[in-house]
Parts: sequence; structure tokens; C-alpha cells
Amino acid sequence: MYLTTFGIVLVFFIVGALFVAVGLFTAALVRPKNPTPEKLRTYESGEIPMGSPWIQFNNRFYIIGLAYIIFDVELVLLFPWSVVYKTLGWYSFIAMVIFLMILIIGLVYDWAKGYLEWDKPNPVIPQLNELIIHRKKVNKEN
Amino acid sequence: MNEILWISLEALIKAIIILSLLLLSAAISVYLERKLSAWIQLRIGPNRVGPFGLLQPIVDVVKLIMKEDIVPNGANKFLHGLAPVISLAVAIMVWAVIPVADPIKIGDHIIQMGISPNADIGILFILAMTSVGVYGIALAGWSSNNKYSLLGGLRSSAQMISYELSMGLAILSIILISGSFSLSDIVNQQFSHWGGFRWNIFIQPLGFLIFLTTAFAETNRAPFDLPEAEQELVSGYNTEYSGMRFGMFFLAEYANMATSSAIITLLYLGGWTLPFAPSAIGLEQGTWILGLVQFVIFAIKIYLLVMFFIWVRWTVPRFRYDQLMRLGWKVLLPLALLNLILTSFGVLFINH
Amino acid sequence: MNTFQIVFYLFALIVIISAMGVVFSRKLMYSAFSLLFTFFGVAGIYALLNADFLAVVQIMIYVGGILVLIIFGVMLTTKITDVDMISGKTGKWVYLGASIVSLSVLTLLLYMFNTVNWNLPGATAIYHDSSLDALGTVLLTKYVLTFLVAAILLLIAFIGAALIARKGN
Repeated sequence: MYLTTFGIVLVFFIVGALFVAVGLFTAALVRPKNPTPEKLRTYESGEIPMGSPWIQFNNRFYIIGLAYIIFDVELVLLFPWSVVYKTLGWYSFIAMVIFLMILIIGLVYDWAKGYLEWDKPNPVIPQLNELIIHRKKVNKEN
Repeated sequence: MNEILWISLEALIKAIIILSLLLLSAAISVYLERKLSAWIQLRIGPNRVGPFGLLQPIVDVVKLIMKEDIVPNGANKFLHGLAPVISLAVAIMVWAVIPVADPIKIGDHIIQMGISPNADIGILFILAMTSVGVYGIALAGWSSNNKYSLLGGLRSSAQMISYELSMGLAILSIILISGSFSLSDIVNQQFSHWGGFRWNIFIQPLGFLIFLTTAFAETNRAPFDLPEAEQELVSGYNTEYSGMRFGMFFLAEYANMATSSAIITLLYLGGWTLPFAPSAIGLEQGTWILGLVQFVIFAIKIYLLVMFFIWVRWTVPRFRYDQLMRLGWKVLLPLALLNLILTSFGVLFINH
Repeated sequence: MNTFQIVFYLFALIVIISAMGVVFSRKLMYSAFSLLFTFFGVAGIYALLNADFLAVVQIMIYVGGILVLIIFGVMLTTKITDVDMISGKTGKWVYLGASIVSLSVLTLLLYMFNTVNWNLPGATAIYHDSSLDALGTVLLTKYVLTFLVAAILLLIAFIGAALIARKGN
């Protein structure tokens, strides 16, 4: 019974792969191929591209990835728990709450330390030149 | 051996049906998006091809197939070609565990309505596939040799993994209530009480909101469409794609929208169930007419949700990236954890 | 050879070929990408051996989490000035050491394979329906301490990783 389920999913996967392959193959048959240097140039809003696109990016992305793995493992450990939850009763509830609390400490720590903080835009509101304001005031008073 | 052959044949037929339905639904979603966005913006929308422009999606697909496939200079050819395939394959594979109606009986055979809806780990499979979905986009961004693409792919992968946690926790709360990982069981359980209206949305309103938000983020739809924010990133991770490979990203996006709607319907909105026992209007359990009626109900719910997706896209402005991350990690994740603890407490309180 | 064996060897072939890709590819991105197929192949074998939960966990954590992190890591590395990020050259002694380590691991695995009694008729009967029930019960009764220690381990990893990653800034 189990193996048939697996087999059916496998058949579906193969059919799906075939479908994608056929789609690409038909496109390859009918589409034109007429490359020119302009077409093949990396798109940068019409400008000549400058520098390498493989820039070094902010390591906050990396921390997000790390935090994700930790919570993902936690989630995976909770799935077997959820199945036996009703049969085991309050005991399993307490075990789960302790488990979650330990992890929430980690979240709170990262939160308090500002590791989850992203750069906020800091717009400077344009202000009228103070000199102009001052002169206007003086003019009015006169 | 003969039995294996029959099972394979059944699986093959079902696979072809589901795939064509998925294609059809993507086409309908594209049409709906164009038409609804036109109405929202007081335009007319597609109206030239066929009656009311109904044939527009087909023409679009034909156009995409006929277009040249451009691989820009300096791009990694192999990964550039593979990325859209991964995206589409993941969007398709999720349907392996989604049921569309109650099983029907023909003669002695019981035919499941879906590829294998009885899989023990249905929901987990969906979660796993969602996490694979990151690759199509990240690889497309990385392999294109384009700044816009790389930024789009990077943003998208960070966004998807951030919101997946809350999604998983919301799903966990549902599993606690239903006690099963199989999607058919979850739907049937929602049918069994309160005259067919014991939908999980009434028991899990917070979980529903969390899941809905994460579904928007996972499909990269507005207001979470930062990976393809036109004003800053041209088209994000698919900037350097054209022709059928772009079409595959496009198809995957709309298929994902339909898939998310289907999962929301199954988990929270009662799936395909009628609001009363099917025998009340003379439909016996297991007949093909009932199967058809249930499928139509399911499809209507999916399309109402798809329209909701489209409506939100054309009314809500885009988040800023710091707002997006704050929402994911500092609002949704704590809320999802709270929801989980409350749910588990409630379930035990009622049961003991 | 029946269907089961054919599918098994197919997955084993995928695992071995992609693992060789991981080791022998000079471009880091290709290595990371080959690893994707290795993980999928292993997940396929798990699924074939009735361990459906393990298969899904394999995909969720290794493919969805760890490999994403590896790819982020490749992108983060300072030396990215070129598409073809190439792994560094290794000397003769490194080859020798690596060969000795891998050979001893291989010997250990072969020894284990030959001595352990793999045929457990009772086990298949218990775990036939769903591996999850049994797993959950065992995890929360017999190994509940491990369950909680795992949480503390995760906490340490969480805080430590964030600290180290943030230090350079």
C-alpha cells in the first residue's frame, strides 16, 4: 500500500518532467535564433553594464538563513509531537512549552541585540532655507 | 504484475488530467488578473481575441513559445536554463498530495480524486516542496549575471524562508486539531460537525490570518512582491529571461497562486464539502455526480480566493524591505508561536 | 531484479554521481548545486524504505535550509569577482590525509555493514503504518530528555551563530 503511494507520486513526477521537457522542446523547434551583441548584453536599463553583478551583500541575509534553520529543526521536532499529543495529555503539553520557551529565549536574545533589525531608510525632510524664513519674518514685521 | 500495470495506468491518466487542469487554471488566472486589474483601474482589459478576450491567454502562450530565447553574455548557461524548470516542477509537484473531492466508486474500484491524497504526510510534503521553491528563484537570480536579478533572487529567498516558519507553525496548529497529516482527513473533519460549517477558519481565525499572509509572501505576490519590484529592480529575478523560459516562471507564479488558494481552502475553508449531508439532495456517497459537484465547489472556492489575491495586488502598496522582515520575524512568528500554544492548550482542555 | 530494486539503484546512482560532482567540481556553485541532487536522492531512498517522514525532513532541512545557507555563504564570500568561483588548490599531503580518512571511514562502514544483523522482522511489523506515531511516542517518553537537550543545543547554535556572523560588521 505504501509503495503504491510512492510509486504513484513517482509516476506523477515523471509525467510532470516530461510535460516540462515537451514544452521546452516545442519552443526550441519553433522559436527563431538570431542573436546580436545588443540583445545578448546584460540588461541594465539600456546603459552599458558596469562592474560585476556578483556584489558582496549584507550578512544579515546569512543570519536570517541561520535563524531559519534553527526554527525549521524545531518545527520538524514538533511534528512527531503533534501526532501523539492527544494521547499523552498534559505531560506532552508541558514538554512542548518548555521546548518552545528555550527557543523563544533565542529569538528574544536576537531581537534584543538587534540582529533581526534591518536598515531603515532615514529620509531627510527637505526644509526651507532658514535664512529665507527669517527674512520673510523680518519683512512682515516691517 | 498486471495490477502494477493498472495502477500505473490510473496514475498516468490522473497525472495528465491534473496537469491539464493546472494549465487551464493558470490560463484562467492570467485572464482574471488582466480583466480584474483593468476594471479596478477603469480600463477595459483584453477584448480583441475571442469573445470578451477569452482566448487571450492562449495567444499569450503561443507568443511566448514563438519568442527567441536569449541567454545574456556571462550568464551561467546551464543553471540559467534549469532555474525556471525547477520553479515549474515544484509548482506542479505540490499537486501530488492535494485531493479535489471525495473518492468515487466505479464498479469495485475506489478511485481517489487526486494523485495520492491518502499519503500519510500530505501537508509535510507541501511544506517540503515550498522550501524547494526557493531554488528556482535564487538560481535564476544568481546565474543571470545581472544586478537586478541577483538582488531580486536574494530578496526573494530571504523572504520565502522567513515566512515559511510562520506557515509551518500555522499548519502545526491545524494538525493539532485534526490529528492527521492527510489533507482528506482534515477536510472530512471540518465537515463532520456543526452542519458542515465547522470550518477551521472559525476555530483558528488567527492561524488563518497568519497562513493567508504567508501564502501571499510565498507566492511573491503584492504586497510582498519585492523580488520583482518594477520601480527598482525592473523585473527582479526574471529580468534576463525571455520566451518559453520566462513563460515557465510566469506559469509557475500563477500555478502557485492557484495552489496556495487550494491549500487555504482545504485547511481552513472546508475544502470541497457541501454545507449539508450529500444524501439530503439525493447524491449517494461514492457516485461520480457527487464527485463532480464537490469538485465544482472546490474550484469555486479556489477562484474566489484567486480573485482575492488579485484584488489585493491592485489595491495594496508594496512593503519596504525592513517592514517585510519586521512583519515576518517580529509579528508573524511570535503570533504563530502564541497561536500554537493557545491551540494546544485549548485542544487538551476540551479533550480532558 | 524487481521494480523496487530498479528504483533503489536508480536513486543510489543519482546520489553517487551527484556526490562525485560535489567533490570533483572546481566551481563552488556547481558543488553546492550537485549537493541538491544528492539530498534529493537520499530523500528518495528514505521514501522507498518506508521512512516517509524522514524523507520529508531531509528535504525540508537539508535542501530547504542548509543548502540555502551554503549558497548564501558562497554568495557572501569576499573573493567573488568572477562567475567561476574556484576552490583552492590542494597539496600532496592534503590528498594523502583525505585519502586515509576516507578509507578508514569506508572500512568502518563495511565492517558495520557485515556485522550488524539487518533483518529485524519485528520492526517492520510495528512501523508499518506510519513512522510518525512511533517516533512521537518514543521522542516524548523514552527520549524526552534528549528532546529538551536538543532545544538547548538549538538555542546555543542560534545565539552563537548570530554572534559570530555579526562580529565582522
